[in-house]
Amino acid sequence: MNTDGKTYKKYAAARAKKSPLLKNCAMAFVSGGAICAAGHGLRRLFTYAGLSDDNAGMLTSSALILIAVLLTGFGVFDSIAKHTGAGTLVPITGFANAVASSAIDSRTEGLVPGVGAKIFTVAGPVLVWGISAGAAYGIAYYLVCAAAKGGVS
Amino acid sequence: MTGLPIRLEKSVYIASSASAAGKNEKEGPLGDSFDLTSDDDRFGQDTWEKSESEMQRIALDAALGKAGFDPSSLDAVFAGDLLNQCVASNYGLLSFGIPFFGLYGACSTAAEGLILASLLCGAGAKRCAAVTSSHFCSAERQFRFPLEYGGQRTPTAQWTVTAAGAFVLTDDREDVRCDASVKAIPRIAAVMPGIVTDRGIDDLSNMGAAMAPAAADTLTRYFSAGADPGEFDLIVTGDLGREGSAILCDLIASTGRDIRRNHVDCGLLIYDCDGTDRHAGGSGCGCSAAVMASNILSNVRAGVLKRVLFVGTGALMSPLTVNQKGTIPGIAHLCDITGEVTK
Amino acid sequence: MEYLQAFLVGGALCVLAQVLIDKTKMSPGRILVIYVVAGVALGAVGLYGPLVEFAGGGATVPLTGFGYLISKGVKDAIDAEGAVGILKGGVSAAAGGITAALFFGAMASLVFKSKPKR
Repeated sequence: MNTDGKTYKKYAAARAKKSPLLKNCAMAFVSGGAICAAGHGLRRLFTYAGLSDDNAGMLTSSALILIAVLLTGFGVFDSIAKHTGAGTLVPITGFANAVASSAIDSRTEGLVPGVGAKIFTVAGPVLVWGISAGAAYGIAYYLVCAAAKGGVS
Repeated sequence: MTGLPIRLEKSVYIASSASAAGKNEKEGPLGDSFDLTSDDDRFGQDTWEKSESEMQRIALDAALGKAGFDPSSLDAVFAGDLLNQCVASNYGLLSFGIPFFGLYGACSTAAEGLILASLLCGAGAKRCAAVTSSHFCSAERQFRFPLEYGGQRTPTAQWTVTAAGAFVLTDDREDVRCDASVKAIPRIAAVMPGIVTDRGIDDLSNMGAAMAPAAADTLTRYFSAGADPGEFDLIVTGDLGREGSAILCDLIASTGRDIRRNHVDCGLLIYDCDGTDRHAGGSGCGCSAAVMASNILSNVRAGVLKRVLFVGTGALMSPLTVNQKGTIPGIAHLCDITGEVTK
Repeated sequence: MEYLQAFLVGGALCVLAQVLIDKTKMSPGRILVIYVVAGVALGAVGLYGPLVEFAGGGATVPLTGFGYLISKGVKDAIDAEGAVGILKGGVSAAAGGITAALFFGAMASLVFKSKPKR
């Protein structure tokens, strides 16, 4: 039975108990939606206080990040996230948790090789590819604009 | 021909064994059988790596104490853990000053150490030891994510056990301290090293499936060489968990043998898995080491178990090769342990 | 009503990621990268802007919103300053969030200790 790798891999995957997709999705929907609605409320609050739209958005993100970092530090975030899954991962809270957990966990290796370097373990790829994608779009956008104005000079 | 059992010409006895474990393990079904537990999993240390080292030290110290052996009387110790460069073992056993061999066999290391220690004892050494450990907190951050990282585990995922186990071996039966409660002395009758087996599993969260074919290969080779599954009171696998155990029983059944009746898995013995984050069971080389060193060998000494086949299973997983789209090979080492009745 | 819109759109973006995690076994880190890059791409082709108009926090709080912020920053900077905007715009627009995450994260490492899981 299952002599070659492919058959065995299929057999193992087929018999493996699956993650409860429906339950996970429901949890992700409710928790993720709630965080976004809360973020929306914060944003309204900041705008109401007289901040510009951009700054209100920035402070909203920062506030959510601060909350997520604190929850991570107190060891609460992971206990919530194991139920909420993508609901806490996809909002900016997931990014903040990745940053803070890496930083806290690597503290014993010192501030430079530990915290300084490892803080980017999960967050680094997001910044690298997010910023790079932005720059690539910028080049394309610039060229299109230049072409529309009558050729690149 | 390769892959045959090695029968020890000279008798080698397990003089004593001891274990140390963390809080989740203490709260599990075998909680009372560990020699020492730590409620914060730190064992008084400030880093997880040091905590794991300390567990090894505690386990060997306790085992030597039970045997009544002085560290200086040991010819060698074989030790291993899951960490890079086997740091938990190197630092943990430093203070004993015993000639040292560091091992890496992933979660199979407890069996690997027992095999090598027994072979050395059979080859002229008088006393040897084998020590293994794993720590959830040090393993998690090396192999997966930071501890506070919010992730979800799949139902086939296993939980790295925080525990260490130590075994002290001797080639002299008279050397073994026996009180009235000891009905039998565990003797290692035969061993069989595992062969690295890769059936293409690449799912980090399904180690059981990666290891089961290796366990099936080792057991099948052992049975083919003249042993019947029914001869054993228990066939103890290391950390196949729920998934790997079921696959192993299936694989063995396909060879026309049945181990369902007497098979147990240390990863399933150590936790109450249902409804907890342990999911498919415990894993890590501290899992089989601690369960064997406590519960299983106690039952051999008490005469409850007369013959036990211990198959230490390991998933030879590296985060680096997994990122390179590599597969996860498995290995399984076997020790045939018989309780030799005391007079 | 606007809160309901934020809830529904934000929740839907999370469900999509949950399906990806459960069905494809993609690591969470990969999901985050995909979401940021998708946000940049959707912002670039002009689809994400209207979503932000409609859902507010439902579109800006998820990591796709972070990507959108980068693409919008790049575009605005190029419009204002020309080619230098390619290098300046993205990070400038996202500066607050990046600084908050790194600063709070670094400070947390000084205050908190890692704990075992139960």
